[in-house]
Amino acid sequence: MPSSSTPSIPPEEVAANGLLHRRIFLTQGVALIGAGGLTVLSAGSAAAADPPDMPPWMRAPGTGMSGYGSPAKYEEKIQRTGIVSQPGTTGSGASRTPLEHLNGVITPSGLHFERHHGGVPDIDPSVHRLLIHGLVKRPLVFTMDALLRYPMVSRIQFIECSGNSRPNLSPTPPAASCGAIHGLVSCSEWTGVPLAILLEEAGSDRGAQWLLAEGADAPAMSRSIPMAKVMDDALLAFYQNGERLRPENGYPVRLFLPGYEGNMSVKWLRRIKVTAVPTMTKDETSKYTDLLASGKSLMFTYPMGVKSVITAPSPGLALKAPGLYEISGLAWSGSGKITKVEVSADGARTWGEAALAEPVLSKALTRFRMAWRWDGGPAVLKSRARDETGALQPTREQLVGDKGTQISYHYNAIQSWGVAPSGEVKNVYA
Amino acid sequence: MYTRSLASCVALAVVVAVIAQARAADGPNLGREATPAEIGGWDISIPPDGSGLPPGGGTAAAGAAVYAAKCQSCHGEKGAGQPNDRLVGGQGTLAGPTPVRTIGSYWPYATTVFDYVRRAMPYQQAQSLTNDEVYALTAYLLHLNGVIAEGDVINAQTLPKVNMPNRDNFILAYPPRSR
Repeated sequence: MPSSSTPSIPPEEVAANGLLHRRIFLTQGVALIGAGGLTVLSAGSAAAADPPDMPPWMRAPGTGMSGYGSPAKYEEKIQRTGIVSQPGTTGSGASRTPLEHLNGVITPSGLHFERHHGGVPDIDPSVHRLLIHGLVKRPLVFTMDALLRYPMVSRIQFIECSGNSRPNLSPTPPAASCGAIHGLVSCSEWTGVPLAILLEEAGSDRGAQWLLAEGADAPAMSRSIPMAKVMDDALLAFYQNGERLRPENGYPVRLFLPGYEGNMSVKWLRRIKVTAVPTMTKDETSKYTDLLASGKSLMFTYPMGVKSVITAPSPGLALKAPGLYEISGLAWSGSGKITKVEVSADGARTWGEAALAEPVLSKALTRFRMAWRWDGGPAVLKSRARDETGALQPTREQLVGDKGTQISYHYNAIQSWGVAPSGEVKNVYA
Repeated sequence: MYTRSLASCVALAVVVAVIAQARAADGPNLGREATPAEIGGWDISIPPDGSGLPPGGGTAAAGAAVYAAKCQSCHGEKGAGQPNDRLVGGQGTLAGPTPVRTIGSYWPYATTVFDYVRRAMPYQQAQSLTNDEVYALTAYLLHLNGVIAEGDVINAQTLPKVNMPNRDNFILAYPPRSR
């Protein structure tokens, strides 16, 4: 673009309305970031620590060691969000990861989203057992101690509830935070035993095409899993981010199916029945099936679609003043690696390619970053992701046009955040 | 005799190979063989062909009494819903703007009703119902939805044969279509 015809657009701009190549951060440093940057939760005035004064915490030694650390007390407002449960229950519902308050790609275990169908069971690992039976040559029972002796693998991968982002299927855009809308996705390092090893020991019979996985929670939550997926990459996970699973994530053992809709990674796993056909459980027929506008429903919609969302700026993180900002977000796909994320600041008229932060892993959250000089005018921020299969994240219009507004699951459309001259950020359909 | 012993050798070799495969010599092999009684106690899943359904049975009339005592406070009178899921009605609404998904309008398999009620309901006391109670509740819910007649007996033989109204309106997304 000849700059003479558009004198107000700096040469480093990669798309309209202020999107800049990220090297601006490297060449000009952080001094250009808008005064105060994003307004998050106020951590209180630190005026007494400004130079030349000496802060109080330097005048005496701090506290001692602890057996198990906690977040800083100034961060105690960072909590799971959007906690809802079925009427009359406390444990049949969901809580969401506050995506807008996190950075990087690993979700702290205590902020991992939750989706329970009958509460979190209190399981004593010394008496918990895993039974493998059905179309096998030798039905087997395992103690947890026995399973922990098997060779393990570790993988950094996301898990997403297929009901994630459902609020955006409503006719008008809900006024909610990024986490409240999209926070049914989290990413951890999972460590455990490939389920294929145990099935080989049990000796699958020839008709074995599926298995039923059942949890030890009160509703004995259960799903049918294709044997091909199990032999590909299914894990019996025991560790999350280096420590044993949290109770709400399936302690002492859960199934983990990379890229597949979250509820199939059955928590508190107690039984695996090898079968010839799907069992057609409640949670693969009456729930977790996607109702189309035609009245017909899609069943067994397993991989989560390619998706991205800008986590900052986003609702609740107002811009304080015009200036240079980093647009940051997350992208992921249940079918492999993210290959490209583009960002628009002008409502999808022009797009610029964002930088993908390492590591870029298959079926993991991938952090993207983009530089943006906000001129104080209105803007509509969007991101769109592409994965290694070539799949491109759809617009909301495309998704709703294809499938209607009653699918309930697998909503992966482009998110639009409207930025007002006041700096306030809102969920918009634009 | 020579031919026969050769055949025996071949058969033996096959058997040995199968056992070797089954025992997965490379694995730690730390599982203990499960007994039929152990499996029987835990194997509560019921697929559409009804295999594994227990003895017993029930009718809608018997189910109405169980429902009133153990289900109505969460699912409303005659399955009308509130405060929790509606279980009855909604047929003909799925293609409209406000679809109502119930056992009658949406669930493709009647066996799933038995499986789910037995494993998960009542919410506060899972797996507390007798098999006769679960059969009766299943009959009651199917009858309220107009799927079976009031006097029909639901048991291991009849349940898999129940034809659910929405059975043919599901499109399998797995396995993925070859390109």
